[in-house]
Amino acid sequence: MIEALQFDFMRNALLAGVFVSIACGVIGTFVIVKRIVFISGGIAHAAYGGIGLGYYFKYTVLPVLLTDSALAQLDPRPGYYPLAGAILFSLVAAVAMGWVQRKTRQRADTIIGVLWAIGMAIGIIFVDLTAGYKADLMSYLFGSILAVQPSELFIILGLDVVIILLAVLFYKELLAVSFDETFATVENVPVDVIYIVLLCMIALTVVMMMRVVGLIMVIALLTMPAAISGQFVKDMKRMMALASILGILFTTTGLWLSYTWNLTSGAMIILVSGAGYLLSLAVKPLARRWLAGNKSREAM
Amino acid sequence: MPPEVISIQHLWAGYNGEPVLEDVNLSVNELDFIGLIGPNGGGKTTLLKVLLGLLSPMRGNVRVMGADVAEGRRHIGYVPQIVAFDRDFPISVWDVAQMGRLGTRRILQRYTAADKEIITQALRNVDMLHLRDHPIGELSGGQRQRVYVARALATEPKILLLDEPLSSVDPQVSSSIYELLSRLNERITILLISHDMSAISAHVKTVGCLNRRLFYHGQKRITPDMMQAAYGCPIDLIAHGVPHRVFGHHSSEGAQE
Repeated sequence: MIEALQFDFMRNALLAGVFVSIACGVIGTFVIVKRIVFISGGIAHAAYGGIGLGYYFKYTVLPVLLTDSALAQLDPRPGYYPLAGAILFSLVAAVAMGWVQRKTRQRADTIIGVLWAIGMAIGIIFVDLTAGYKADLMSYLFGSILAVQPSELFIILGLDVVIILLAVLFYKELLAVSFDETFATVENVPVDVIYIVLLCMIALTVVMMMRVVGLIMVIALLTMPAAISGQFVKDMKRMMALASILGILFTTTGLWLSYTWNLTSGAMIILVSGAGYLLSLAVKPLARRWLAGNKSREAM
Repeated sequence: MPPEVISIQHLWAGYNGEPVLEDVNLSVNELDFIGLIGPNGGGKTTLLKVLLGLLSPMRGNVRVMGADVAEGRRHIGYVPQIVAFDRDFPISVWDVAQMGRLGTRRILQRYTAADKEIITQALRNVDMLHLRDHPIGELSGGQRQRVYVARALATEPKILLLDEPLSSVDPQVSSSIYELLSRLNERITILLISHDMSAISAHVKTVGCLNRRLFYHGQKRITPDMMQAAYGCPIDLIAHGVPHRVFGHHSSEGAQE
């Protein structure tokens, strides 16, 4: 691992893992306690539509609009337009799904499932329509943390800051809406707005994570650290902190194993997280007993 | 006559054009302690939603503290039915009670020292201050009910509105909750709604029956007329086999006054 750190791509990958894990711990906690895993999955998959759109825009629309010399001056970074497309598209998906869920009394889950599929289909069709180079599209499905560019690192860091800032600023409203929406409504908290803001934060997190584990496995990395953490900690903020630390542990370990054995990094990270989750289920009764033992000893 | 705090006139409310409540009239006066009972599906939840401004009436007029519900509801401290759901939620007693201050703090505003004082007072009132750092999931049903009462008290309400307050509570605990409510009733108007006849104890000053229509005459006992009229209520009465106890308590309380 130490010698691997000589490589820029490895350092970038590690940093990306750390940044993403922080947002993941904060947002994953909300997803777990509010039980909105399904809608988060919908947002993640719908985001693929934005990636297809970004590719189409870059390789098909821009060449028509601009001259060759103007094209040459454009941003050379390969992931820029798909990433921008994914951010835009996932935010639209988040607002649409949240609105549907709030305003339709029935079949909200059906409609979310439909939007989920439509988003992906749009992405695939736009990729079809795009002439030429589309090799690294798979990296959005399965992740490619080792290919993270320094410029993307800045975008990820920026998203991190936005997410954490929103979580801090709206913490008491987010907590109230997560815990008891009816009471929050009676207390005149703008419940619908706060919920949509939360979904938008999920959308931004999901886009960041897509680079690390790919959108197919996003939900696993979003939920597992928080789910483990929630078993041992009964305080929202501590649950977030522990989930972030676990996320960093899992991404780093997964990355190291994938480097050592030359295996797909996203899948390794998910397997390490999954092992951690199963282990936590096994350890939990022991930890309970130990805590109970401590308490009774204190009592004596 | 003490001032009127809730006024409901000719209220019709329901869902998708189907009324659940029909021509409900109710006048709640300051320091009343009213227990409304009715069968499931009789419109208890609908009435709660209307009073909390979560459901707009189809017809009729509802005023809380002389204002529209959206404005007047800030004087209502709402105590919801306990559900098993929040057992897993990672939140402490203090943080739950603190939510009672949400209505007075805007977005981006922090809770102040004055808020802390009010929350402390509310928790002390329900005798839960010593458990302030406990996760809510580790409490018993009765303790959680107290925390929800504290949260409602932290809103500094004029009216307490309780939904099935004894639904997950042992009989011994329910009497202690009623003692608490009785004490609070010295300064706060209380309206509680339940499907359970036995929830209406001697501490309640007046009772009514709700089954699509409301049968309430500000009386301290359920009259045979009301039972007759509110189809469903007598079934509850008989089913629980407690009519004598209820009538007994009420008549003795009536005699004291």
